[in-house]
Amino acid sequence: MNTTAAALHAEQEHHAPPRGPRRWFYSTNHKDIGTLYLIFAGIMLFIGGASAMIIRAELFMPGLQLVDPDLYNNLITNHGLIMIFGAVMPAAAGMANWMIPMMIGSPDMALPRMNNLSFWLLPAGATMLMLSFVVPLLGGGTQINTGWTLYPPLSIQVGPAMDFLIFGLHLMGISSILASINIIVTLLNMRAPGMTLMKMPVFCWTWLVTAFLLILVMPVLAGALTMLIFDRHFGTSFFSAAGGGDPVLFQHLFWFFGHPEVYILLLPSFGILAHVIPTFTRKPLFGYKVVVGSLIGIACLGMVVWAHHQYTIGMSLAAVQYFMVGTILISIPVGLIVFSFIATMWRGSMTFETPMLFAVAIILTFTFGGLSGIMLAVVPADMQYHDSMFVVAHFHYVLLPGAVFGLLAGVFYWLPKWTGRMYNERLAKLFFWSNIIGFNLTFFPQHFLGLAGMPRRIADYNLIFTEFNVVSSVGAALFGASFLLFAYVVIQTVVAGPRVSRDPVWEGARGLEWELPSPPPFHSWPKAPVLT
Amino acid sequence: MRAGLIGRPVFGWIPLLLLGVAGSARAEYGVNFPEPASQGAREIYDVHMLTFWIATVLMVIVTGLVAYSVWKHRRSRGFEADARFHEGWFGRWGWVSVPVLVLGVDLTIATSANPTLVRLWHPPADVELDVKVTGHQWWWEYEYLDHGVTVESRAAPQEIAGDNYLREVDNPLVLPVGTKVRFLHTSADVLHAFWVPALGFKKDAIPGYITETWTEIDREGVFRGQCAELCGTWHARMPIVVKAVSRDAFDLWVRERRAEAQRAAEEADPTREWSRDELMARGEQTYVARCAACHMANGEGMPPAFPPLKGSKAVLGPVEDHVGVIINGVPGTAMQSWARLNDLEIAALVTYERNAWGGGTGELIQPARIAAVRSESQSAAR
Repeated sequence: MNTTAAALHAEQEHHAPPRGPRRWFYSTNHKDIGTLYLIFAGIMLFIGGASAMIIRAELFMPGLQLVDPDLYNNLITNHGLIMIFGAVMPAAAGMANWMIPMMIGSPDMALPRMNNLSFWLLPAGATMLMLSFVVPLLGGGTQINTGWTLYPPLSIQVGPAMDFLIFGLHLMGISSILASINIIVTLLNMRAPGMTLMKMPVFCWTWLVTAFLLILVMPVLAGALTMLIFDRHFGTSFFSAAGGGDPVLFQHLFWFFGHPEVYILLLPSFGILAHVIPTFTRKPLFGYKVVVGSLIGIACLGMVVWAHHQYTIGMSLAAVQYFMVGTILISIPVGLIVFSFIATMWRGSMTFETPMLFAVAIILTFTFGGLSGIMLAVVPADMQYHDSMFVVAHFHYVLLPGAVFGLLAGVFYWLPKWTGRMYNERLAKLFFWSNIIGFNLTFFPQHFLGLAGMPRRIADYNLIFTEFNVVSSVGAALFGASFLLFAYVVIQTVVAGPRVSRDPVWEGARGLEWELPSPPPFHSWPKAPVLT
Repeated sequence: MRAGLIGRPVFGWIPLLLLGVAGSARAEYGVNFPEPASQGAREIYDVHMLTFWIATVLMVIVTGLVAYSVWKHRRSRGFEADARFHEGWFGRWGWVSVPVLVLGVDLTIATSANPTLVRLWHPPADVELDVKVTGHQWWWEYEYLDHGVTVESRAAPQEIAGDNYLREVDNPLVLPVGTKVRFLHTSADVLHAFWVPALGFKKDAIPGYITETWTEIDREGVFRGQCAELCGTWHARMPIVVKAVSRDAFDLWVRERRAEAQRAAEEADPTREWSRDELMARGEQTYVARCAACHMANGEGMPPAFPPLKGSKAVLGPVEDHVGVIINGVPGTAMQSWARLNDLEIAALVTYERNAWGGGTGELIQPARIAAVRSESQSAAR
């Protein structure tokens, strides 16, 4: 235990939080920075969601009604990047900031000033990202019509907007790396005495694994993007065959980052579920060691199967066989985690508050997405599925349940902890049902579209694809609208929710974080708790 | 194209859809792969259905377990949590069932997919017909390497395509049935992907590289697909239409195409002088087929990506520069080289662009002048 840090904070214990903007701009407090992360993620969720709504509105019927194809392609680019780098990762980082120190009995993150920097890089990066959308509208060249994968040579054709985008991603990447360093250092050095690694809460474990993944793969993305900048402006030919380069090299670098990124998005949400499910089943997590082992297994396997995103580039037979088998094998650790969740529910005493409703829905819908993932991993069949709407349906079935719904469960689970106020359970359940029905209505029909031959990333389509697109767009409207209800429930809770009537808020909740009052004091655990 | 396209019949379906009777009378409408038209596609279909059924069974098992537990093990039914659940044999060893079951499933899938993969991945040694497929922004070029025939295939406008909107082309890829055909894919500009679902393959077209696929079509018919790799603005307008015909019909078609090419070459004789009306008519034809997708039929383009030609320096400035852009393209933009057009086609196109859209210089450009520019730029390149 880092005694000096504890002593320092013990001395500051009587200090109230600073007032005014300084509290937020200069903050080194893990709770305030966590709050900033979560507010930022919420704003980004609505910006990314708005672009999704325009996409679905355009696809409501054949023909080009609302946007021209370049704007459409720019919207899909923005939707992907903003949701990943703006919404999901910052939301998960916000929860890490809030919960990790409270869970491990530490007064704060290990590197509080770096914590401040890693958050405040994000708004700067997001601004650059948004400018990349605005610049072409002001007459600055073509729009970013490449999708979030930014494949050259198309991304080399794009105007100066691409440079804004690249620098925006660089900033957000640096932010992620700094946050990851902070989390690793905190988890390895700041645990309360007696909390061995194998006693660490699962949410902390998921973040430890996620942080290592981030440190390993973010620099690869940064390298690829830098090479892209050089190809665009400084006459290099990393990705141009005309100069001895290879456009496919970018794809390998991108997916070497991009596939682990999927697990970076998923794992923290798994961690949240590993707390939510035991709480509402009133039974400890089934197979803690198996879950921890599976997390590490997912991370290791997830690092070495990236090229299953590129089966159609003409790899050797041996290469695709390897990537096929490797990808299918990921179903073992993922299956173990799902198994552990179901076994935790089994013979429990369940109640179904909103976080638990999300947890049950996640188990079912995420399993569904995982199974369509196995279908996609099979190379011959992927020759058909690849780059079709089937893929769009698949990854939304993985990332919405696996990442977003897990974070939503976390919000409802921990909001009473953070604010000391209870959310409106009736409205929250209304949100859950409209959300989950809207989600399935949006993405389930897209499987059929893909199988019937509709490519992804097209703004306009043939009449045979009309019916399911109509269903999907109607579902998307419901899905999108449900998030307005979500915003209302959260804001209403924070501003005027009733005080929590008991502590811990959830009777089945266990762990150090629940031994603190709700809301917790500005500096929690000035003295390290003793684990018994 | 932008306003009110085929909108109304779609809206007619919505009330029906909301009532949950989404059936459609259209024959092509599908929830699964289209009817395979080759052995390879059939095998892929079988692999797809196998994994689909395995996935369905697993989904049913997981749903059943969760539903049972949610129904049975809830506090509102008075169920007490079994605190000793972890201590029994299942608590200790239950997890082992997952790797065993999942590994079994995984190996089943991988081993049953592998023979198909091996058979399809490399073209067989006895390929009978080679077609080089080049993706362009935004059309396909098919070169029959053994026959000296080249086909340019572009999306047909809505009025012609009708129900096949975005899935119809001016010149289809004609292939003989019962013949092993190898496709060699490459691209002239950005990534594209060649995908015909009924034939069961998809492969990326990568500039500077060649990838290959093959098929053997087993019935006559028309098979439609679309470009599957995002390639910029008109990605949605790169249909692929394969017209599978008998071997005899294919041979006949090849002879006709050759004769046509022969006629065109003779016509382009650089010494011949053409009248204004002839040049304008031919120029308009070429413009509509090749240029209008980006620069639009009215010459106004779609700035900033596609500059307007109407009233622009590009078509009103010196003729040599105008021709140079057409022959060489503009590096770093979507404007590609059109050097493959013959002198007559370029002459007519240049004449048309310099005189169309209500303005114009009144000049007539004859093929001889194009030939001169061409040889000059070639010697300059040397």
